[in-house]
This record gives sequence, structure tokens and C-alpha cells, in this order.
Amino acid sequence: MIPVAFDYERATSTEQALNLLAEHGDEAKLIAGGHSLLPLMKYRLAAPAVLIDIGRLEELSYIRDEGEELAIGALTRHCEVEHSDLVRSQVGLLAAATSEVGDPQVRHRGTIGGAMAHGDPASDLPAALIALRGSLVIDGPSGRRQVEADSFFTGFLETDLGEDEMLVEVRLPKLPDSTWSFQKFNRRAQDWAIVGSAVVVDQGICGVGLVNMDSRPIRATAVEEAIKNGSSAAEASELAADGCEPPADINAGMDYRCHLARVLTRRGLEESGR
Amino acid sequence: MQVTITINGETVSHDVEPRTLLVHYIREQAALTGTNIGCDSSSCGACTIHVNGEAVKSCTMLAVQADGQEVTTIEGLADGETLHPMQQAFHECHALQCGYCTPGMVMAAVSLLDENPQANEEEIREGLEGNLCRCTGYHNIVKAVLQVGSEQ
Repeated sequence: MIPVAFDYERATSTEQALNLLAEHGDEAKLIAGGHSLLPLMKYRLAAPAVLIDIGRLEELSYIRDEGEELAIGALTRHCEVEHSDLVRSQVGLLAAATSEVGDPQVRHRGTIGGAMAHGDPASDLPAALIALRGSLVIDGPSGRRQVEADSFFTGFLETDLGEDEMLVEVRLPKLPDSTWSFQKFNRRAQDWAIVGSAVVVDQGICGVGLVNMDSRPIRATAVEEAIKNGSSAAEASELAADGCEPPADINAGMDYRCHLARVLTRRGLEESGR
Repeated sequence: MQVTITINGETVSHDVEPRTLLVHYIREQAALTGTNIGCDSSSCGACTIHVNGEAVKSCTMLAVQADGQEVTTIEGLADGETLHPMQQAFHECHALQCGYCTPGMVMAAVSLLDENPQANEEEIREGLEGNLCRCTGYHNIVKAVLQVGSEQ
């Protein structure tokens, strides 16, 4: 499978990447590791006229301790996040979710920013970011802005990113004493989740993000509320699929996905000590 | 677009279309056909090579993304007539049946032990999750990787 022909530009700085985006508008797509975009281009579900390669922007590859928060550059690869002592100790859920993305080869190329900007409801990382109440830093012609994870994912493969903007950083509150669990149900080890549930509990406050349970990555608000009001894991997890409109496909129908969301969320809450 | 890639220690330059996949470049322009194309959708791992020492699936990378990088393919592992320890272990443990997945499996296994030299059986099985063997010959593959690990 060969993608439709395109022009290729390699950005050497964030500023240059933004200039190229401004120049080419909606004809252009940014490519980092390419592990979400290239398959779409090979299936010809995406056919950008211009590909702007930001994969070599070292300035956007970092994991920093910034007091209350961790800042992770958008170009940081999954293998770096997965094995980072800082991420493991401060936001263990993110390290666990990242280690479930694809397989080692995929994690050598894929980036945290790419996984977020792709906005795939079946992707592991957005659900973890929602559970952790993280945020995303976006750069563009009018400067930088920061968006909460809940408002960033707007629809199927759609995010709050404008055509002339790029995601530059992911920010997560440090939760060194949290307990967490990432539950993923799939057919083959390397597959996308049929359903996944990301759970984190910190000082009695619970965060739950769901994978592949709607057209976008979503928060299981009813579960979080129930836990806050003293419900048990078994009671709260019964509400996991409330308000969800999961996809139906060859792997699972809607009812089965709702069942999985309840079971995985219960396991996640129990594993997190609830 | 002109790309210059160091493949198995030799620096080569070719003119490629930006949409050329790295695996096609390796097989057709660099004429190294040891790297196989299997599923062509980054699932099976048959096309696994190393870029800057790390295992990647060359069907999901553009040749232009490898411009200026170091690529190692299965042809670059042996030292003359002397097989790489992983190749030798695959040979000794009969870690192949039809052989189609073998180049990718060996490249993934070498990268796995580079990152975790003392990997145990469970870690090896998990570490090779990105490589499928249609003959289901996993048992001897894992045995071969364990053998190399214990020799290190």
C-alpha cells in the first residue's frame, strides 16, 4: 500500500513548522513518528498534499519536573515516557498506559503528542490523560494556549487544534501517592483496545477515562461522582457506560462494549484500592 | 528528494519520491531483500529493522524520515561468515519453520536484549508482541532469545 503523492517539508524549529502550517493551511498535515498518520495515508483515508515532518524537533522532546506538574514535550517518544523514572514515580498511570500502546517497535517511533493530536477514541493515552486531569499546550500564530484534556478531544479523530496550530506539550499534575490501574481488553497483545479503562485514585479523588466507548475519549463522570459519594467499586462501576455511545464493529457490539466498560472499571477501581 | 542513509555501515544516496516507504526503499533501491513485507500495516513485524539501533517497522516509516539516519537490516548482523549470536541461537534452537517472520523476529529480538539484556521468558514473550509467526513457532523463538540472554 502506497500513499497518495505529497510534497515533503522538514521543519527544523517549532517556529518554522508553524510558518509552514500557515503557508499550506488545510492542505498540510504534521507528521512526527507517523504511526497514526501513515497507516491512514496508506489506506488512502488521508491524503494531505503537504507533509510537514516535525519528527526531528529535539526542542520538543523532553520530560521536565515543573513543581506541581510534569511537562512532557509533544515529540517525546512512547518508549521514553514508558521508561522514565520521573513519569513512573509521579504519574504511574501514564507510564502503564504508554507501555500498552502498540508494541515495542511502535513505541520506538510513536510520540505522546502524535497520539493526543490524532484524537482517536480507541487510543490508550487520551483516556489516561483525561483520568489524570492533564492539559495540552498548543502553539499557534496568536501564541500559546492551554486546554484541559476534557475540552481538547471534540469528536472522532477531531481535536480543538486549529489548522494553523500545533500541539507542543502535555502537562500532568504530579500524583506521587496515587494508586492507579490501566485495564485494556483486546484480542491480540498489540491491538487497539476493544474497550479500556484508565483509573487513578489520589487522596480519595478518583479519575476514570474510557477508551473506545464513544466517538471521542471520554470521562466516566458518573463513576467519579459515585466514588466521591461513598459508593463501592462494584456499585460505582455499574455506572461506567452511562451516557456512552460506543461503536459497534466486528470485535464487539454496543451492549458488549458497555459490559466491558463496567467490568474493566470495576477491576480498575479494585486494583486502585477502592 | 535525495536521501542519504547509512545502511549496514555503508552510506548510500538515492533519489526517492517522498511517499516511498522505507521497506520499499530497502528492498528495491538498496537491493537488500532480507527484510520482508508481511501485513504492510505495522502489525506483523516481518519488516522490522533497526533505525539508530532501535527496532522499528519499516512499512510504517517513509524513506525520507530515515534520511541521515543509521539503518541496520538482517544482512548487517553477521560478521562475515560468523553469524550474529541471535542468528546462531535461532539456528541451534530451530527457531524457525517457514522462515518468513525470521528476519524481523531476529531484529526485534536483538533490540529487545539491547534494552533488557537479562530479559526473562515473560519479558521476551511480551517484548516480541509486535512480531507474528504464522507457523506459531514461538516456543523455540523464545528459547533462542533466552539462550542468547544467558550467554551475555
